[in-house]
Amino acid sequence: MPSQVTHELLLICTCLCSCLSLRSTPHQLCRVQSQGCKASICILISQNSNRIVTVVEIYIFAKQAQPRILTCTYIHFFHRQEIMKWNGWGYSDSKFLYNKKGQAEFTGKRYRLSGMIIPGLREWMESTFSANLQHKTPAAPILNSSAVQPPTLNEAFLKELKSTGIPFSHDAEDRVFRSHGHCLHEIFALREGKIGRVPDLVVWPNCHNDVVKIVELACKHNVCLIPYGGGTSVSSALECPPEETRSIVSLDTSQMNRILWIDEKNLTAHVEAGIVGQDLERLLNESGYCTGHEPDSMEFSSLGGWVATRASGMKKNIYGNIEDLVVHIKMVTPRGVIEKSCQGPRMSTGPDVHHFIMGSEGTLGVVTEVTMKIRPMPEYQKYGSVVFPNFEMGVACLREVARQRCAPASIRLMDNEQFKFGHALKPQVSSIFTSFLDGLKKFYITKFKGFDPNRLCVATLLFEGDREKVLQHEKQVYDIAAKFGGLAAGEDNGQRGYMLTFVIAYLRDLGMDYYVIGESFETSMPWDRVLDICRNVKARIVRECKDKGVQFPPLSTCRVTQTYDAGACVYFYFAFNYRGLILFCSREEILANGGSLSHHHGVGKLRKEWMRESISSVGMGMLKSVKDYVDPNNIFGNRNLL
Amino acid sequence: MASKAVYSHRDPMLKKRDDFEDMLEERRNSSDLRYALKCYTPVLYKGLTPCKVSELKQMVLQSDQLGYVITQVSKEKGVTSDEVTGEAAAILEEMAQRLQLSTVRFFAFTLSKVFKTLFRSICINEEGLQRLQQAIHNHPVVLLPSHRSYMDFLLMSYILYTYDLALPVIAAGMDFMGMKVVGEMLRMSGAFFIRRSFGGDKLYWAVFSEYVKIMLKNGYAPVEFFLEGTRSRTAKSLTPKLGLLNIVMDPFLKGEVFDISLVPVSISYERTLEEALYARELLGVPKPKESTSGLFKARKILSEDYGSIHVYFGQPVSVRSLAESRVNRSQFNLIPRHIPTRPSEEILSFVNDSAYRLVRAQEENMVLKPWVLLAFVLLQKQAAEEKQGTALDELTEQAVWLRDLSRQYGAFLHWPDHIPPSEVVSSSLSLHRGLVRISEGRVQLALEQVGGQQVPGETRGAITPEEELLNKAVVILSCASYRNQALNVFIRPALLASAIHTAASNRKQEIYNSFSFLRNMFSNEFILCPGATVQDFEEACYLLVKTGTLQINQQEVLITERGHRTLAFLTSVLDPFLQGYQVVCRFLCEQDGLTEKQFIPAVRKFIIKHLLTGRLRYTEVLSSDLQKNALAALIRLGAVQKIKGGEEQGTLKLNKVMLNSLEDTLGGKLPTQKSVVAHL
Ligand SMILES: Cc1cc2nc3c(=O)[nH]c(=O)nc-3n(C[C@H](O)[C@H](O)[C@H](O)COP(=O)(O)OP(=O)(O)OC[C@H]3O[C@@H](n4cnc5c(N)ncnc54)[C@H](O)[C@@H]3O)c2cc1C
Repeated sequence: MPSQVTHELLLICTCLCSCLSLRSTPHQLCRVQSQGCKASICILISQNSNRIVTVVEIYIFAKQAQPRILTCTYIHFFHRQEIMKWNGWGYSDSKFLYNKKGQAEFTGKRYRLSGMIIPGLREWMESTFSANLQHKTPAAPILNSSAVQPPTLNEAFLKELKSTGIPFSHDAEDRVFRSHGHCLHEIFALREGKIGRVPDLVVWPNCHNDVVKIVELACKHNVCLIPYGGGTSVSSALECPPEETRSIVSLDTSQMNRILWIDEKNLTAHVEAGIVGQDLERLLNESGYCTGHEPDSMEFSSLGGWVATRASGMKKNIYGNIEDLVVHIKMVTPRGVIEKSCQGPRMSTGPDVHHFIMGSEGTLGVVTEVTMKIRPMPEYQKYGSVVFPNFEMGVACLREVARQRCAPASIRLMDNEQFKFGHALKPQVSSIFTSFLDGLKKFYITKFKGFDPNRLCVATLLFEGDREKVLQHEKQVYDIAAKFGGLAAGEDNGQRGYMLTFVIAYLRDLGMDYYVIGESFETSMPWDRVLDICRNVKARIVRECKDKGVQFPPLSTCRVTQTYDAGACVYFYFAFNYRGLILFCSREEILANGGSLSHHHGVGKLRKEWMRESISSVGMGMLKSVKDYVDPNNIFGNRNLL
Repeated sequence: MASKAVYSHRDPMLKKRDDFEDMLEERRNSSDLRYALKCYTPVLYKGLTPCKVSELKQMVLQSDQLGYVITQVSKEKGVTSDEVTGEAAAILEEMAQRLQLSTVRFFAFTLSKVFKTLFRSICINEEGLQRLQQAIHNHPVVLLPSHRSYMDFLLMSYILYTYDLALPVIAAGMDFMGMKVVGEMLRMSGAFFIRRSFGGDKLYWAVFSEYVKIMLKNGYAPVEFFLEGTRSRTAKSLTPKLGLLNIVMDPFLKGEVFDISLVPVSISYERTLEEALYARELLGVPKPKESTSGLFKARKILSEDYGSIHVYFGQPVSVRSLAESRVNRSQFNLIPRHIPTRPSEEILSFVNDSAYRLVRAQEENMVLKPWVLLAFVLLQKQAAEEKQGTALDELTEQAVWLRDLSRQYGAFLHWPDHIPPSEVVSSSLSLHRGLVRISEGRVQLALEQVGGQQVPGETRGAITPEEELLNKAVVILSCASYRNQALNVFIRPALLASAIHTAASNRKQEIYNSFSFLRNMFSNEFILCPGATVQDFEEACYLLVKTGTLQINQQEVLITERGHRTLAFLTSVLDPFLQGYQVVCRFLCEQDGLTEKQFIPAVRKFIIKHLLTGRLRYTEVLSSDLQKNALAALIRLGAVQKIKGGEEQGTLKLNKVMLNSLEDTLGGKLPTQKSVVAHL
């Protein structure tokens, strides 16, 4: 169909949409088919910039000058997979690849790195992993629906569900898409085309009441429900328990994505739990506010997901973690709806029931609405970076910053390996060196005399607030850094560091194309153990790889991502050429050294076996009895946590 | 019980061991001076941040650990923390090593000269040194040599210097400090000094443990100490001491380092420098205070042929792998790590088991010379009162038989197979000519002539029978110290043989009971890891079945035709100890009121009486080592109780019923399961 017609059609659709009282204008034409004079068009109606929310299929009579609508089916295929990868991270259009010239490139238009050549990446990858670009293991390109088990449907449930008008689907792609999070093993299996137990049905409630109905029906017909937010879980929380024999229904919250009200007097906003981080921020920004909650996954993860996993955002030093941000929560459980009767800023009414909900990981019910604190948008933002002669000095500096309680919005410390990696990701423009390592050496040796490029490490900083205060704050932090041998290394390096956090997740897919697999995990620990844990866990990874016969030494690196009064949060990354059983051992090492089971990713099923050890048998019993009371029939049967 | 007997032991015959190189050979062919001045650039720990001796002390004094204890002590004693810090600094001053290369070079030079005159060769397994080098590079290293001689630690440093390996810092007893010059010299070659007892002194303990840990954690130098705590006077390994091992394992357990390598080192002397000295000590002739002049005198007396030394650097043992699935390290998570805490039961038993493992690793790689086997034969003959001695060819036949047996049991025997056995025997005898007499082709221990020669300073005049006995005993104990070197090879089979001997029937269960009783009884005497009765029983069964001595089926243990000789030998191995422990029991039964201090002199007198009247055959029972071990065992079993504190401090409370019963059981008069001790 000629483009002119397409354009016209879009216009028509706009009218149509207002007739259908949809909240938004059509965003993209997704499919146009014509047969004779009849045509069907399929429009994505997206409330927000890059998220498919609704698809409307319209049959029109296209021959005439004024196309006439024949039928209009409101079909609810919420094919996130049309803009997002079904077997990798993020948007389909954004990925790392090696182009014909063998140079690394990041595709798409969404990120600052998009469309750029990254000359150092190849050398870094080859030298770090001894990876050979000749040896490729491409992922299965499309989902083979026949590999997906046919759904086990609970007919009675389905029948009543239909009568409620709440959209649902048992299409294989929809089900597979909601069957996993982003753990290495989950993505690895998808790439290999291996598909295990997936939900039998997906439902899209549009509001709190829809959820109430669904939960009631689920209880009535003994159906297992798994809430699904943004799908960014990294704890196997979304995996369907293979032993589950009941029909499993994935409850996709993506349609519950409105800000219901903003209260400027109290600086709170009441928001539906399915809203995704970037949308929440953008919409609030339009009114001059923000929540300041920015987990690295904020492009895709949802408010309900944050509450359910006790998420932590990069700028928690100013805004707090999710538990600090939440004022009120509404959750639908098999026993009914739980919420507090007022929105007081703090209460002493026995143990805080919010704390049963936060971190419940979808085992107790569905979070539907949340009142959150909001803040006026900051007047001024400034990035920064500091280079330290070694990691030990860096940690000592962060500790001092925490002691003086003057941490900027974000302060992160990368170890040497990660610092090098960051350099490998420099796009072409800024690199005049022939070889990545040479460049690194030249740059740092000339700039930071006496620093060993194989030991130095970098902290990235983000300051926020009013201009004056930011500048003052900045000076204070740089002064402390200087006491620990830290030298200011510029705003650019800092900004690039933060920008990279969004694209790093994409890199794993590139690695997997070349037999390199990687994973990250986090923990929290008291200050006095930071160095020991970093050293021991990295050494353990190296050792396990060796013991398990991994031919080349792995990349094993870490970064301190948050500071607290009494400790810090550390992220570990490892990657190596070929497979192994490293995660288990790493966690064992963390726990043995006094680190926590998780700082913010949660327990899911991945870390369940350590729960008892972590919170004691009595603690387990407490959680268990809550579960038994709230959900005696295990309707929320994702089997996380306990 | 051993019901599910899994005979899956690795055949000890197949044990792989490295070859030896003689390091003195090069010394004999090139300049000692050049060697002492050679370029020395050892491989160091990869995580090392180099620091000076003085900085090290600062680190200790400024450590959180010490700071905590200083505050505590200053509160308790009501003095300022500055004062306590001063005290700590003084302790550290007294303790600290001052390792410097020039002193080591000086020692390298002088020791080259000394070693070349004393020894024929010093043989090292060079592969072990390569492993050690790797270990030093990767992790903090603890060197754990066996301890049979004063020489040991000088020898260790000498070897490490020669092979360009990192020089260790060595935990040494304070007694060396008495020798002013030597003490300081040793300090400068890496020794640091620890008081022998500092029981309740918190501050001392804190300074000491922190000092060791800091050196270890920072990879400053390998830390060397003797697991046995002191030199073994009997050449049997001593029950390991756990204090220092606890300290060096701590940084791993608390996650301060990724891993620590423990390297057992076995040093075997063909002839011990201190041979007669030890024997006299064991007999209660007071040991000369370890003074400089004493050492030099010793050297003068001993300027003769001491054969060769073998030093075997064992496989490094990773503390991490020892702890794997044994220790729950998260137990340290809830208390800040700088606050001293008493190790939990779990940790203590872990450290204890590890210590036994390490001592066994030392034992396994001790090189045994043919003379060790001859000592078995000669002592047994002596006890059997064969006055006229043993014919040379009979001795040779028996030695060859023992050679084959011990090899089957996995002994690390250095028997030159290319030389006819008779020559091997005669050259062994000639190296130890002080201990044997050969006349008319017959060999026996040199018991008569000893008197005036070996015990100088003894009053002349008529020799009393008691003095004569003690003189004999010097030779017998000297000889026993060689036999003892191989006891670890035979101990499990010997316990089994004795169990078969004493058990009322050949039922396996009954034999196991006897075995378990004996093993329990002798676990202060030999290295028998607590709690490993079943494994030891299975190991013994395995060896005796494999060598055709026994046949074992579901229910019964049967002795084969050719098994009798082996069993007879094995029972005779344990017999002196069995008899000795019985005498000690008898002695105690006849006492009323005895303090711990009085015990040794009194029991000695009692034994001398028994020996002189011929009621006791084994002169070696005079060894105070045996007597002490027996007492410790009886205390452990509850037959004797040591009263602590109060008026009666140090008094031994005796349970005579039990002592009687133990004596009878040891003598085979009471079946083990009926005796009082069966259910201990
Ligand atoms: C690249 C990447 C970066 C990340 N960075 C961060 C970070 O910086 N900070 C951080 O905290 N986490 C981070 N995560 C982890 C993840 O994003 C968080 O756990 C997030 O909170 C999950 O939200 P989601 O909406 O994607 O939930 P999902 O993955 O869909 O679900 C997670 C769990 O919550 C339950 N759940 C979801 N919604 C609801 C609801 N409405 N009611 C009840 N239960 C519900 C699900 O059943 C499941 O058990 C990261 C993950 C990735 C892949």
